[in-house]
Amino acid sequence: MATLDSKIPSGPLADKWRNHKANIKLVNPANKRKYEVIVVGAGLAGASAASSLGDLGYKVKCFVFHDSPRRAHSIAAQGGINAAKNYQNDGDSVHRLFYDTLKGGDYRAREANVHRLAEVSVNIIDQCVAQGVPFAREYGGLLANRSFGGAQVSRTFYARGQTGQQLLLGAYSALSRTIGQGLVEMHTHSEMLDLVIVDGQAKGIIVRDLVTGKITRHAADAVVLATGGYGNVFNLATYARGSNATAIWRAYKRGACIANLCYTQIHPTCIPVSGDYQSKLTLMSESLRNDGRIWVPKKKEDAKKDPNSIPEADRDYYLERMYPSFGNLCPRDIASRAAKRVCDEGRGVGPTGLGVYLDFADAIKRLGENGVRERYGNLFDIYHEITAESAYKVPMRIFPAVHYTMGGLWVDYNLMSNVPGLFVLGEANFSDHGANRLGASALMQGLADGYFVIPYTIGDYLAGQKPGSRPSTDRPEFKAAEDNVTAMTNRLLSSKGKHPVSYYHKRLGKILWEFCGMARTKEGLEKALKLIPELREEFWKDVLVPGSGDTLNQSLEQAGRVADFLELGELMCRDALTREESCGGHFREEHQFPDGECKRDDASFGHVAAWEYQGEGKTPLRNIEPLNYEFTKMSVRNYK
Amino acid sequence: MVAENTSSRSLSITLRVWRQAGPTQPGKFVDYQSKDLSPNMSFLEMLDVVNDELTLKGEEPIAFAHDCREGICGTCSCTINGKPHGPGKGVATCQVYMRAFRDGDVVTVEPFRAAAFPVIKDLITDRSAFDKIQQAGGFITARTGSAPEANGLPVPKPDADLAMDAAACIGCGACVAACKNASAMLFVAAKVSHLGLLPQGQAERDRRVLSMVSTMDALGFGNCTNQYECSAACPKLITHDFIARMNRDYLGASLRAAFKPESAASGGGAG
Repeated sequence: MATLDSKIPSGPLADKWRNHKANIKLVNPANKRKYEVIVVGAGLAGASAASSLGDLGYKVKCFVFHDSPRRAHSIAAQGGINAAKNYQNDGDSVHRLFYDTLKGGDYRAREANVHRLAEVSVNIIDQCVAQGVPFAREYGGLLANRSFGGAQVSRTFYARGQTGQQLLLGAYSALSRTIGQGLVEMHTHSEMLDLVIVDGQAKGIIVRDLVTGKITRHAADAVVLATGGYGNVFNLATYARGSNATAIWRAYKRGACIANLCYTQIHPTCIPVSGDYQSKLTLMSESLRNDGRIWVPKKKEDAKKDPNSIPEADRDYYLERMYPSFGNLCPRDIASRAAKRVCDEGRGVGPTGLGVYLDFADAIKRLGENGVRERYGNLFDIYHEITAESAYKVPMRIFPAVHYTMGGLWVDYNLMSNVPGLFVLGEANFSDHGANRLGASALMQGLADGYFVIPYTIGDYLAGQKPGSRPSTDRPEFKAAEDNVTAMTNRLLSSKGKHPVSYYHKRLGKILWEFCGMARTKEGLEKALKLIPELREEFWKDVLVPGSGDTLNQSLEQAGRVADFLELGELMCRDALTREESCGGHFREEHQFPDGECKRDDASFGHVAAWEYQGEGKTPLRNIEPLNYEFTKMSVRNYK
Repeated sequence: MVAENTSSRSLSITLRVWRQAGPTQPGKFVDYQSKDLSPNMSFLEMLDVVNDELTLKGEEPIAFAHDCREGICGTCSCTINGKPHGPGKGVATCQVYMRAFRDGDVVTVEPFRAAAFPVIKDLITDRSAFDKIQQAGGFITARTGSAPEANGLPVPKPDADLAMDAAACIGCGACVAACKNASAMLFVAAKVSHLGLLPQGQAERDRRVLSMVSTMDALGFGNCTNQYECSAACPKLITHDFIARMNRDYLGASLRAAFKPESAASGGGAG
């Protein structure tokens, strides 16, 4: 059984991080260059970590499967980034951001981690402005803010509807500078396919060059994974097509525990599915809920009518009705479930009946069409491109879609997994968002981890490693890992079955959306646990992967990723089945209040579930890390 | 925005695709029939369907670059019917929908063509030259932790807005592919302008423009002859006005560099 020591420092909540920084070990400047650190991924977390560690003097190697580190999917985040600056004089503080984030996560995150996140949020804004991130400004030249779900203050910083892009380009510019200075060695088109463990510690990775197919070994003193979330397990999601769980899944199979997989975020405002060919779903930023009003017709028979012909009295602004104090800005999990409920009642709109209206008519009356265009113009354009409809004229149709995963590899307060030397940052870890992430908090966490946590905490680990003790890639552990990768590649290429990879990915996605999506039941999850292994068996027997392994082969890349999803999806269902409560993004129909809200069971499930791999075909072990709330009371979330 | 085919009926097209097995192999156009497509399908989803059909027939699928499929990552890069990113205005390849085409159309698909973007396979090119230009100076040096309070440095809203217009560049390379000289001036100008418009970017403003422009030249991109095809093809509609701004910066920086001797101690540290 794995040892899960969260290593939360003692002392008052607000002093923990400061005291911890003062007490952990340091590596002296002359020794830093003797340590090599591998960073996998160059999104917000990876790029900020790689450049910051490079600047500190460590020798950094950064690996991405993309053609450039600027492509990571952090780039698609639209709305903004939270920070407790209190520039609006509206009562914000580090404590309030901490509390909102903890409550938003339905009391399933660690207090100490969340408080640290809120503390460093203010440094992130400073850092990004210094890099030249063009945040929105007031006429006086000072920074502007807007509101996001789950908060009653305006603390979200933004750059039009492209905040993720601008923050990522800021991190990318820092990374580019450190690459140019020779502080970071960049490997593009390079996919990590295995983790190498030597004497119980993470000491390297196996990489496939996606252009030449060449498999290479890389040794390091520590390995940092910042490879994002696993939402593409659902096939249809707001993720980029290439986003995958291969790095974290293969680390799991080498002994790193993976936690809380059932906490998946279904975002309420996405463009509805239009056909079976669809490859991805597109998000409409949560910021739209600042001014848009969500409604469906009161009567079923109005669902197919022209929305503009439905009189005000016949519309149900259900979020405003159900949650008067937060209204359209209630948290994502709550807004998504409410949309599902009204669609289940037969009041859903659009050709499929799986949609609700997001209406800007009132905002246009108040601000004028140009006022709305200035705030959301690019989002309205995206909507028009996809649907050929103008949201200035008719309400947008939206529906929930998979958007983010709160679960991920288990890490301690230092962001180190239970495998010493393996650090996990950003969406790839499980640490800060509990069972539900608030809007504008993913960017905050990615950059917090990369800029302001790992530069301190990695030193504590490296100081215990003798300089120059990095193992040689000739060690048998490297050979075994490489052989493992080669065997899997050959197995995929040799099956020459009946169906392309997409066939299996779509089927897996349908199973998960039906049984492990917005609402879950014991019966459904048990069914999924039967269907997924069958599908996996079929995949390995019948998948058809054309081409060869020694060239650029996108089918092969996708096949490896889907093979991992077929395993991860099963564990996600197992995690959902064993968590006999509802919390945040995990809604078990058996556990709800009469009004349909989540019913948590803090006594039995006030813990993190961290799964430990036991070998192929064996049921993984469910380890528990209790969540000790010292400073806040786990209470029932109320947004009414 | 894409011109619309208002009909909701399905359509069939002939796809004429550039196939090239590798950087040193010769390429050629190959025709494929793509049938019964929904007008609401995206262009890349159409390629997905064609690729699954090719796979089932035992042929190798068409390699094409794509990732976010929402027009922001800059990965997708097809020249469709001679236009980088195809028939729409202000969109990337992934934002082209089949409603932009008519039943029976022959649709030609090629990679972005430029000497500085060699073909890797089929429709995928190597655009790492863009990263090299960024590494040469596309940044403000601000080590983590050294930043002053964010509101300590007000930025006039018009400057911040203009900087954001330039910063919207997604690094796709359509500007280069659209230019008869394969010039990267719009790409470089966007970054030079974004950082040069902000007070934070002033310290390195001269260095930045000189270094990025010389790297751009060294990597084999052509020069600007004011045709403005770049702006027309840009999925973010970044204006060529930024090129004029960069030229001004470049001229000023060159003159200052010629007349201002650098401190002999600038490279080393005091003891």
